[in-house]
Amino acid sequence: MIEIKNLTKKYGNFTALDQLTLKIKEGTVFGFVGANGAGKSTTFSILATLLPPTSGDAFINGFSVVNNPSDVRKQIGYMPDFFGVYDQLKASEYLDFYGASYQIPVREREKLIPQLLELVNLSDKKDSYVDLLSRGMKQRLCLARALIHDPKVLILDEPASGLDPRARVEMKEIIRELKMMGKTILISSHILPELAEMCDEIGIIDKGKLVIQGNVHDIQKQIKGEKVIVVKLMKDIHSAIQFFEDDPNVSQITINEKPNTFTFIYRGDDLEQKQLLRNAIMKELPIISFYEQDTDLEDVFMEIMKGVESSETTLQ
Amino acid sequence: MKQLYNNPVMNKEFKLRFRTEKSFLGIFFYLFALGLIGIGFIYMQTLTSQYGYFRPDESRIMFYVLSYLQLVLLLFTIPGLTAGVISGEREKQTLNILLTTTQSSLSIVFGKLFSSLSYLLILMISSLPLYSFVFLFGGISPFQLVSVFLIYILTIFSLGSVSVYFSTIIRKTIVSTIIAYGVMLFLALGTALLFGISISISTNWFGASSSHPIPYLFAVLNPFMVMLSVFEPSFSDQMNKLFFNIDLPLWIPYTILYLLMFFLSMMGSVKRLRPNMKQRK
Repeated sequence: MIEIKNLTKKYGNFTALDQLTLKIKEGTVFGFVGANGAGKSTTFSILATLLPPTSGDAFINGFSVVNNPSDVRKQIGYMPDFFGVYDQLKASEYLDFYGASYQIPVREREKLIPQLLELVNLSDKKDSYVDLLSRGMKQRLCLARALIHDPKVLILDEPASGLDPRARVEMKEIIRELKMMGKTILISSHILPELAEMCDEIGIIDKGKLVIQGNVHDIQKQIKGEKVIVVKLMKDIHSAIQFFEDDPNVSQITINEKPNTFTFIYRGDDLEQKQLLRNAIMKELPIISFYEQDTDLEDVFMEIMKGVESSETTLQ
Repeated sequence: MKQLYNNPVMNKEFKLRFRTEKSFLGIFFYLFALGLIGIGFIYMQTLTSQYGYFRPDESRIMFYVLSYLQLVLLLFTIPGLTAGVISGEREKQTLNILLTTTQSSLSIVFGKLFSSLSYLLILMISSLPLYSFVFLFGGISPFQLVSVFLIYILTIFSLGSVSVYFSTIIRKTIVSTIIAYGVMLFLALGTALLFGISISISTNWFGASSSHPIPYLFAVLNPFMVMLSVFEPSFSDQMNKLFFNIDLPLWIPYTILYLLMFFLSMMGSVKRLRPNMKQRK
């Protein structure tokens, strides 16, 4: 669905994007992670046909952003990180204007606009002036605007930035709904846990280069090579701790604040983990839950960045 | 083509423009200023006239005064209305979103230009009743009135498109507005000044009876001189023969040049509105 091939963007001597290559399958929610200035918005601007690349190309649904930008525009719904709204225009008129800009017939727009406002929970604001809406509402309205021509691909640049926690949750819910609708979504954020919750895959970009790409859990495993397991028992936590302590792959057992719960770091593979749980059950330990805890993605990100920096130092 | 006729940008701009009181106040003050001057002119003429009434030749002068005044007001208003149409969207951070829609660049530029200039057209049309004073007293043919309005329309579209071009290529509205005003000033005063200088140079160097085409080039760029040639064709023809040795009414090259200016500016704006994705840099 989205294929980026050796995409490079230079501003004079500064390289904002360096040979970026990436493939995103249809229906995937792909999170683009990186510090400010890493090249996320530059990539998005090129994909949105707003910025020509210095070299390389990107294809959306088979259409090249370099050779067929007008076809690409039909395929994408773009939401920039910073955007303005027109004063003196009501929410429904705002959507109507963009609907007309995509040559959607009036009758179709009349049906579509209430549905989109409903999707982004703004039905009660249809007659409100856009410039008077809160930031969260504006973001949601902008998302509805990006959906008006039913694009296959959504390019959302920091859609949750500057939103309060409640508005963030609302935005996440909408994105989840869009995922269920089968949209391919490319989303950027510098808040990693937020992306991990929403995305099937993430790509970490630094200084214009894609450092790592893949499934969130795979990346965690790849970087840390270990996982945190949470065990909850009905009772008898100490005998359970004793049992797990004997396993050579288990370390750093910590009793949680929650009653009868503890965590440990596990270095074994999936098969060994399965065997460990089986043995515990056979030992009739009263385990009521045994699960892998999401590692703090911020730590993973920092770990990756540390790796990038140290390899750069070695090269120098 | 359908996008030009049923233009989303134009429809939206109309809605926004006429939703505020500013536009109506603008029309009011425009007509008030024109009316005040027109009535003041009649009052002054009847006061100083030995006959105590307004004669047709005075009515003709009033028509000239109103027409020139309207041209000054239009030239003054064009950059204000058009030099920020694209850069303003860029400053408000609404342009990027507009450019990712499937609306063509021509449709966006045309919609912006036409919606801004239609306000000027409204000003012009609403001033028509003031011209009826002139017809009341005689001295002017309907043909002259139509000619004046055609010159207005050509001028506002041509200079409006030049302002839109500056608005497209320059990021800041304030800079594009200043440059657009500079162009208006050059065409209104600069060309008149250059016309005067070139006339005096040609008479001083080549003698009073000599004719030269250079001043003609400046005259055809100046909307005031072209308007004078429409008001007084015989005077204009004589001047053409005497100074330039060119037997062509000023309005013909003026129309060609201003249409050329319109098309070139429109083409430039359309080409520069969206980035050329093939341009590797």
